[in-house]
This record gives sequence, structure tokens and C-alpha cells, in this order.
Amino acid sequence: MSEKKKLKVATTSLAGCFGCHMSFLDIDERLFTLLEHIEFDRSPLTDIKTCSPDCDIGIIEGGLCNAENVHVLREFRQNCRILIAMGACAINGGLPAQRNHLPLTTILEEVYHTSPGLANGMIPNDPELPLPLNQVHPIHEVVKVDYFIPGCPPSGDAIWKVLTDLLAGREPSLQHGLMHYD
Amino acid sequence: MSLTFTLDGKTIPFVDGETIIQAAGKAGVFIPHLCYHPEFKPHGSCKLCTVKVNGRHTASCTMRAMPGMVVESDTEEINAERRALTQMLFVEGNHFCPSCEKSGNCQLQATAYHLGMMSPHYDHFFPNRPVDATHPDVLLDFNRCILCSLCVRASRDVDGKNVFALSGRGIKTHLIVNAKSGKLGDTNFALADKAAQVCPVGVILKKRQGFAVPIGERKYDKAPISEAVTEGK
Repeated sequence: MSEKKKLKVATTSLAGCFGCHMSFLDIDERLFTLLEHIEFDRSPLTDIKTCSPDCDIGIIEGGLCNAENVHVLREFRQNCRILIAMGACAINGGLPAQRNHLPLTTILEEVYHTSPGLANGMIPNDPELPLPLNQVHPIHEVVKVDYFIPGCPPSGDAIWKVLTDLLAGREPSLQHGLMHYD
Repeated sequence: MSLTFTLDGKTIPFVDGETIIQAAGKAGVFIPHLCYHPEFKPHGSCKLCTVKVNGRHTASCTMRAMPGMVVESDTEEINAERRALTQMLFVEGNHFCPSCEKSGNCQLQATAYHLGMMSPHYDHFFPNRPVDATHPDVLLDFNRCILCSLCVRASRDVDGKNVFALSGRGIKTHLIVNAKSGKLGDTNFALADKAAQVCPVGVILKKRQGFAVPIGERKYDKAPISEAVTEGK
């Protein structure tokens, strides 16, 4: 192993399902090769709760569905030199964004009041809960995003390809078979 | 004497009256397109097939081939413009590929792959476009409509039914159904109609057969659209 400084990589899942992180783990034993070049900073894999100020790469899964998502995204942008949107939800809002044509109050009413079996249901209003946004947004609508890995989820091979392209100083690209939106 | 023009330096033969995209298709050269279909009159609206003819932009589906033309198509500049057009189509509608039955067989998606579209780039409109499930055999999901007008042309010119039309102007242009109620169930539209077969995206869907082909075996899983679509098939 070279003496070269390892790149700091932070990851998070916002309005996502953690499927992209599971797919990230699908690079399998290549994780060992990756760990010769990188170390994880803030990530569900390390349970570190805040980004170091000198992260090299931030990987974001999921879109923005509440105020906390926006806060975390801004923290990542502030602390990471390169920001990557991983997966359909980060890129176009994905499944959560399919609520976007419905008014938020209608959704909350339906989910907590009017659905069958919800006698005396109430809409949660604990001040600790982050406020939902009126619409779910992809992350590039709020901060500058440098690279995108499409897919729902992107395959381990696609994630590997983009990360190794970046580590080698190449512009990331996905050929037929690796590029997919579903 | 046979007539020819050059396309990205390659000599392409054509017969008088053929458009650039028709001649290119015959010669096995792919030019990205969405509203063009070899069986129908060109519509010239999607602009994906734009090429440079003697240095000037033009739609290759409406431009007749002329002897000695110098045509550029597969260049970084033109492909970047095509990619931007495709990105605009994605953000104007609601294109959620993972939950779309057409995924893997969709010309818009496959074209975006071909153009290396890694993100939609622009801000999303997230328009509200209710679906129409009134027809017994066919679902209409307007969220994915790219206004190519192929169903309009097929229903009018082949089926003789005039079931579809484009209504409104500019950004408000949208697909409508020609019935008093505006519902497909109140028309004589049938599954066997040509108009039911031509949608390049996931608007006109046969009911009760969604996701029939597994991922990996769908049309554009097997080959990129540049190989699957020459001669405009």
C-alpha cells in the first residue's frame, strides 16, 4: 500500500430506502481494494454523526422530503469537495416524489385521519419531528451536485465504476448495461 | 448515376425524395429520434434527430437528402444538444422509470442511455396529470407523454378513428382524447388499433400484462437503442 493519504468518503441516506447503500455493499470483496484508497467519515457504516470539514467525497442517497434532509444535504455540500447523487431518489425524487401532485395536508389527513381503522388518529406534531416539505425534491435542485449514479438502485458494478473512475481521475461514465434508471 | 451525401464522413446513398434519416436508416446509421417513425409522415417536433447540414441545424426527419450534402450527426456538440432536449423531456413530465411498465422497452429511456444522460439536470415540473383507466383494455398514463403525436397520427391516418389530439399551445400543449367526456372508455379505441402499438414511452399501456418481461430480457437490456433501431424499427 502506498503512503498516499486516503480519501475521506462520507455517505448518507435522506428520503431513500437504504437500497443504494445495500447496493454499495454489493461491490463485495472490492470493498477491501476500495479501503486501500479511502476511509469512511460520516456514514451509516461508521455511525459517525457529522462530517469532518475536509471530506473528499460525499455520497447522497435519497431525495429531500423534510427540513432535516435539507439540513444534512447542506452539511455534506459544505464539507465535501465532490458530491455524488446516488440512485433515482437523489436524482429525480424517485418513489417519494410521486406524492408531489397531492397537497401535503390531503396526504396527512388520509394517512392519519381518514384511512379505515384510524379512530381518534392525530397528525404527529412533536416539535422534534422535522417538518415535511410541500414537495419532494431531487438534491440538485438545492445544492450543486458534481456527479450522478442513476439506478434504482444502481448496481454494485455501476457504483464501483463511478468510484474507480473518480479515484483514477477520469470523468465517470457508464456504458450499456451499467446505465439504467430502474 | 446514384445519388449520395456524406454523413459524418461516410457516403450514404439515397433515392430522390428520401429524407436524411430514412437514407441513414437504410445504410444502418442510427440518428437518435423520438417522434419519427418510418411508417408515418414526419412530425419534426422532438428535434432529437437534429443534424447539421452544411453547417446549419435542421431536423433530419423532415429534411430531404440532396446530392453532395455534408451532414454531421454523431458529434459532441450535437449530442450535447440532444441530451439537453432529452433532459427537458424528463423534467417536464413525471418519468419515474422504476415504477413504469415500459421501462426497458422505452424509447425515451433508451435514448437517454444512448446519450449518456446521468441526471435530468434541470428543475422538475412535477405536473399533475391524472391517469385515464376508463377503457377496459388500455390504461392511459399522461404523466409520461412527450407529445410525439405518433398515437394521433396512427389513429387518424391508419385506424381512421381520430381518437387522440394535441391540445393547447407551448408549454401547455397536452394529449387529449376525442370524446365528449374526454375519456378513452367513451371512444371506439381498440387494443388492435395501430395507435395502441406506437407509443414510444409508457402512456398507452395494455392492461393486465405489466412487467411481463423480467429485467435483463427487455428490448433495450439486450442491445442499446443504436443497435436495436436502425431503419427506424
